Amino acid sequence: MSKIHLKMKVNGKQVETLADSRELLIHVLREELGITGPHIGCETSHCGACTVDMDGKSVKSCTVFAAQANGADVTTIEGLGTPDELHVLQTMFKEHHGLQCGFCTPGMITRAYRLLQENPDPTEEEVRFGMSGNLCRCTGYQNIVKAILAAAAEMNAAKEAAQ
Amino acid sequence: MIPGSFEYHRPDSVSAAVKLLAEHGDEARVMAGGHSLVPLMKMRMTDIDHLIDLQAIGDLKGISVDGGKIRIGALTTQHELINDKGLAKAAPIIHEASLQIADPQVRYMGTIGGNVANGDPGNDMPGLMQCLDATYEVEGPSGKREIKARDFYEAAYFTALGEDEILTAVEFDAPKGGYAYEKMKRKIGDYATAAAAVLIEMDGGKCTSASIAMTNLSDTPIYSEAAGQALVGSSLGDDAVSAAVKAMDEAINPAEDNRGPVDFKRHVAGVMLRRAIARAAERA
Ligand SMILES: Cc1cc2nc3c(=O)[nH]c(=O)nc-3n(C[C@H](O)[C@H](O)[C@H](O)COP(=O)(O)OP(=O)(O)OC[C@H]3O[C@@H](n4cnc5c(N)ncnc54)[C@H](O)[C@@H]3O)c2cc1C
Ligand code: FES
Ligand code: FES
Repeated sequence: MSKIHLKMKVNGKQVETLADSRELLIHVLREELGITGPHIGCETSHCGACTVDMDGKSVKSCTVFAAQANGADVTTIEGLGTPDELHVLQTMFKEHHGLQCGFCTPGMITRAYRLLQENPDPTEEEVRFGMSGNLCRCTGYQNIVKAILAAAAEMNAAKEAAQ
Repeated sequence: MIPGSFEYHRPDSVSAAVKLLAEHGDEARVMAGGHSLVPLMKMRMTDIDHLIDLQAIGDLKGISVDGGKIRIGALTTQHELINDKGLAKAAPIIHEASLQIADPQVRYMGTIGGNVANGDPGNDMPGLMQCLDATYEVEGPSGKREIKARDFYEAAYFTALGEDEILTAVEFDAPKGGYAYEKMKRKIGDYATAAAAVLIEMDGGKCTSASIAMTNLSDTPIYSEAAGQALVGSSLGDDAVSAAVKAMDEAINPAEDNRGPVDFKRHVAGVMLRRAIARAAERA
């Protein structure tokens, strides 16, 4: 079978690569493009560790063919912040101990990013419901929820200050 | 977890997609959100040589609420169903049920067309569509036709849809009266152990019409006309509700699996139906 010529925007950069039609987006990101932030946890559409943002949607990249993402705008944890310039969500996860082993964290933060874009001032219940596609074996979720609420408050304060 | 090889197609019109289906016969399958199909392909439980991705077909997208008529394009995602204000007002049961499907990530991808065409008894939309007495619009090489949701499901993964046809939209009249979708699941993201869709109209304390359908309690969704009839004319007292639950219980045929033994499922089905009737009545 012929390879597909993929063109996508990944973390703001235009990328091109060849992929088999049966290759999943997570594999192309990690193995072809060297973007290893999104993790493979369950590989069965349940854990959310592979979550990336695709055209404004949080998706499990283990359940999307790379071919489906052809032409899409993809953002991974690498596109949200850098070690020198953390995203507010990353800062708050650090501050509130929203991670232990860190395996679920890239997916958590990428999902939380979209949640706060859609609902900038969520209640605790809305955070829990909005994050219910992401599993964590370590933290018990409490501090993840705290970190996201703190990030929301921080982002809203910054927005107000800018006005 | 790597699927077998296939040729990927992304047609931009229904006619082009239908043509591809006709050309490749049973070696071809359409894909909407892929969130039922891709997991099956990864486990190699289905073998597809030509995958026809519908995502570029604009005609299959969108929700229209026109007077009392509602039409939802097949490619409309569960996320879009939840966030459409007009739909939430005209048919709040869709909003309520969609929030109980899968998890946020899945709902950004999963479509109403895929959910109803899939034929998996675990899917929530088919029972809901039977409760609403919806009509599916399908298109094939010889043009368009309509199939009632109540006539669509034959057995698990067997439906009235032809191999060369695409489901293009679902249509139904805006429901009147009270509504409820009650679903028992083991955790978020799980299919129903049992679920009940209920619509009820009341007039002067008496029930004037009732529609009841159940999910994941047989190899197809179960619309029980008898269960609805048991409520009509009553004031929804214990006797009438128990008669409805009995009629529903006679119509379902659950199988034992990792969600529990048969008796347990029948019990949960009864609990879901009672709760759904009570909540629908409150809202009627
Ligand atoms: C973790 C997880 C949890 C889930 N939980 C639930 C749940 O609780 N309740 C629930 O209802 N679903 C659940 N689902 C399934 C999800 O809702 C699917 O997205 C949905 O069943 C199928 O929609 P799709 O657009 O992804 O279809 P696809 O996977 O693309 O297609 C499914 C089938 O329908 C056919 N098809 C798709 N569109 C059309 C069309 N327009 N015309 C003709 N045939 C078509 C395909 O050929 C395929 O056979 C879950 C899925 C996952 C991964
Ligand atoms: S690896 Fe994709 S959901 Fe778990
Ligand atoms: S921090 Fe270890 S899985 Fe979440």
